[in-house]
Amino acid sequence: MQNAVIIKTESLTKEYVLGAETIRALRGVDLEIRKNEYVAIMGPSGSGKSTLMNLLGCLDTPTAGQYWLNSTAVAGMVDDELAAIRNREIGFVFQTFNLLPRATALHNVELPLIYGGVAAKERREKARHVLGLVGLADRMEHRPAELSGGQRQRVAVARALVNDPAILLADEPTGNLDSQTGAEIMGLFEELHSTGQTIVIVTHEHDIAEHAHRRITLRDGLVETDILQRQTVRA
Amino acid sequence: MKPFEALRLAIAQIRSQKLKSFFSVVGVIIGVMFLIAVISIVEGMNRYMEDDFARTIYGLNTLTVTRSPSVQMDSDREQWRQWRRRPRLTLDDASAIRAGLQTPAMVAVESFNEGRLKSDRGVEVSGVWLTAASSDFFRIREMDVDRGRLFGPQEDAAGLPVVVLGSESAEKLFGALDPLGRTVRVNDIPFQVIGVLQPQGKLFFFSLDNRAIAPARSPMGRLTNPRAVVDNILVKAADPVMLQAARHEIESIMRARHRLRPDESNSFEIETKDESMAFWQTFSRILFIAFPALVGIALVVGGMVIMNIMLMSVVERTREIGMRLAVGARRRDILLQILVESAGLSFAGAAMGIALGLGMAKLVEALSPMPAAVGVHWLVIAAVMGIVVGVVAGVYPATRASRLDPVVALRAE
Repeated sequence: MQNAVIIKTESLTKEYVLGAETIRALRGVDLEIRKNEYVAIMGPSGSGKSTLMNLLGCLDTPTAGQYWLNSTAVAGMVDDELAAIRNREIGFVFQTFNLLPRATALHNVELPLIYGGVAAKERREKARHVLGLVGLADRMEHRPAELSGGQRQRVAVARALVNDPAILLADEPTGNLDSQTGAEIMGLFEELHSTGQTIVIVTHEHDIAEHAHRRITLRDGLVETDILQRQTVRA
Repeated sequence: MKPFEALRLAIAQIRSQKLKSFFSVVGVIIGVMFLIAVISIVEGMNRYMEDDFARTIYGLNTLTVTRSPSVQMDSDREQWRQWRRRPRLTLDDASAIRAGLQTPAMVAVESFNEGRLKSDRGVEVSGVWLTAASSDFFRIREMDVDRGRLFGPQEDAAGLPVVVLGSESAEKLFGALDPLGRTVRVNDIPFQVIGVLQPQGKLFFFSLDNRAIAPARSPMGRLTNPRAVVDNILVKAADPVMLQAARHEIESIMRARHRLRPDESNSFEIETKDESMAFWQTFSRILFIAFPALVGIALVVGGMVIMNIMLMSVVERTREIGMRLAVGARRRDILLQILVESAGLSFAGAAMGIALGLGMAKLVEALSPMPAAVGVHWLVIAAVMGIVVGVVAGVYPATRASRLDPVVALRAE
């Protein structure tokens, strides 16, 4: 039995107008990602992978085409609706972590719940729980400056997970880490995947993409290849 | 996001950059500080004028008949000359008023000069406030003796050389000795001391206790004015309505005595506490109008500083705002956050300004006889002004922040 479809796009198109020129960043991407898939989106710069990530992450809206996230049509949504979708369905992990420097790990992780209107006590419990999941149970009251790069990215992952999102969307998650720490983060992703998390990683590094079970390569705004690899890791 | 969360975020942000936050609200601090300080001082002056000054100079339900206005504002030379040509008030005028008044009232005369006292021990005190008065003067002025007695109507009518001393004069002249029954020379004329007044305190910096009061018909009369001439005629009624009635009667009595035709204006003044207060009220009204305008300018400048700081802060935090949008902040959450931060900053500045302003007012109170009084409503107004300045200053930066495109903001350096 196949898992439910989490992401489905149909002729997803994005155009930017730059002066007199129109840049067609995405020229019609058809994509289907199911629950608990572990996908790497690859491509050289200018291939449209960042644009695709922004659209999948509901940070941006397509010029044309359709996008269903958890069977909800997202393409025509207004700002506030998109914010709510991002809050509930998507967990972002950024290359530069993007943590609040003056806030504790716990507060950083709580942030999405604050915008989700979750009561303080419940927030605290959930944040503690996910910090435990990423192995930072003993670092909750530390500020980012007091944490190593790998620990910071773990905090960011915890923040991404705290709302129990439909997809974890990571943009070059190891780009600012040394290779060993990067491998640790990839190990963490592997663990999360094994517990049923759907993960989409955008990267240009083949090593990183190797960890994923499905590799989608973009070129010139279109899907060039879509390969399943190592489907048996879960066993 | 709940407003409470926005407040917590704002407080955390302000506290994390205390020095920068402080400098950004210096304008507001100064504006509010001067507002509170000046208002407390002016209100204190107001209360002082009403309670002490007007009471001391005029008294409750009392009117004063004088030759020329006691408080003269913007009077030109011609006006002056005209006042100088007016007839002087006399003891006979006072008698005529006393005899002619239908409204029950007390009538007294008073004349002033400055002079020197010399005790029988040889101690001399100069700069003494000399008063020649009729016996009802004490009742109208609500003065009483601490020791001895006041002079009565018979002593006044007979013009006996008896004197009532102010407490400070008595102290200086006789020290620990009992002054009663002793002789004091007023500008070389001997008087017998019959009483010492209760201490009256000070008016501004001027002591009310360095004085000597003797009957109007005694030699003191000549020390203060030409024979039979008096400076003021005092009339005290039981209440404001009676005082008003007395005022009309006195006006017609005096007009008749000065033989004025109906088309001629009064050649004397009738003043109550309100007349002298009119001068002060004009002054304080100008302060109350002009000063908030200055404070307004300070607050506008303060607001502009806050706006700039908030704009800088928004630029600095572009990535953070992008992240907040990415994790689910709505545009209005960002707007609210920046607005609350700006308002909180400005409110904190206003609170500091209030504290400093009250401190300044207390300092003035400590160094001068004027009380500092500031109504609670002014504190509320100042605090609200602080918040309003912050909100207004925050609108533009907050709008800019909330309109950021998350994709662009996340890419910002």
